[in-house]
Amino acid sequence: MPFVPPTRFAVPGRIAVSESAAAAWQTATLTEIRRETAHASTFRFAVPHWAGHLPGQHLLLRLTAGDGYVAQRHYSLASPPDDEGHIELTLDHVDGGEVSGWFHTVAAPGDQVEVRGPLSGFFAWPGDRPALLIGAGSGVVPLMSMLRHHRARGLDVPLRLLVSARGPEELIYADEFGAETTPVFTRRAPEGLPVGRMTAAQVAPLLDERPPGGWEAYVCGSNAFAEHASRLLVEAGQPVDRIRIERFG
Amino acid sequence: MNVTRGFTGRPRVHNAGLPPGQYDAGDDWPVLSAEVTPDLSPADWSFRIDGLVAEPRSWNWDEAHALPASAYEGDIHCVTSWSKFGVRFGGVSLDAFLAAVRPDPAATHAVAYAHTGYTANLPLADLTGGRAWIVWEYEGRPLPAEHGGPARLIVPHLYFWKSAKWIEGLRILDHDEPGFWEQNGYHARGNPWEEQRYSGD
Repeated sequence: MPFVPPTRFAVPGRIAVSESAAAAWQTATLTEIRRETAHASTFRFAVPHWAGHLPGQHLLLRLTAGDGYVAQRHYSLASPPDDEGHIELTLDHVDGGEVSGWFHTVAAPGDQVEVRGPLSGFFAWPGDRPALLIGAGSGVVPLMSMLRHHRARGLDVPLRLLVSARGPEELIYADEFGAETTPVFTRRAPEGLPVGRMTAAQVAPLLDERPPGGWEAYVCGSNAFAEHASRLLVEAGQPVDRIRIERFG
Repeated sequence: MNVTRGFTGRPRVHNAGLPPGQYDAGDDWPVLSAEVTPDLSPADWSFRIDGLVAEPRSWNWDEAHALPASAYEGDIHCVTSWSKFGVRFGGVSLDAFLAAVRPDPAATHAVAYAHTGYTANLPLADLTGGRAWIVWEYEGRPLPAEHGGPARLIVPHLYFWKSAKWIEGLRILDHDEPGFWEQNGYHARGNPWEEQRYSGD
């Protein structure tokens, strides 16, 4: 029997991970670039032998220079599983970022990069349990995969999204959100909406309306945001062993 | 080699200390824990070694600090591709703890576990011989909670997910048992110099 530590870990992996899919590099061909905000764009790729993924999973992407220099980064998948050999990533243009910089200033449809994945089952959401999603900035990306999956499959399991952005013009996927989503604006907000950091007043009502059996909570964003949001969740009564956190880094 | 059109990358740094596929994070120290940072005070912290040992035992904060001080000065490498050079951690060599419990000759592996329940598996050979520490200081100050304080394991010659934060104990075993990330597709050993990131590498 496998060793189980005396403290039950927060976050059991939700799915088995395909070792063969995770081990092989594949060519991904850029087919489309869509601007989301002034700083973020979505990049769509054809990956004909993509093994499929679950919302919340990520991949490893690498670019290779002429002298063999390689840069690789982990990126969350933005698209829901579609079984058609396409995936989408939404990337911020990071100041001085060598990989995001290439995507935002050089990349064009037809360009090829290499990917391996999907990786890690820990942050995956198979669509089986009620999901409370909290993200900030491009931390909304893996959560959007969950929301899109929920819609595409017509799932009736409850799902709520609390998403923080500096202002409306920086809210990625703004046009796609529906009644399940509550935006929080930290610097500038439309008339009638509060401006400021996410507070208990926004988190507690979501815990109050939790479905029978409670929420699985998924938090994604910078470390500072993840610390703040996870503290709000714990204070509002969300069990610590049902909070999964993905931090940028 | 599949060259990416128009990609040149950062200026090349010829640093013999940088493992393949890694970049120098400079002053950044990203936090990547998958769980809520626990509110754990030194008074609540304890560290235990049991399993295949002659004499299982636990140490509280003061007992652990009574062991001979030892520091690690060097580099750390995260599987997400950043490396950090010239860091200094202060604590006690894991050898000092293991000497007290005397692992069985049949012991080959260990599972390190955290006060949060996080686990990581390691060959015993990677935990002995002055290559692993229980640390509570970073650059001469108390280790911050988000980096594993009050105390964490460090095994700096392996990818840093092996260096369990908020360390609670080691279970000594005569076989390998995958820990949290290892069950989620990561490599059983995680040697950055061989780029053992994922299972199958």
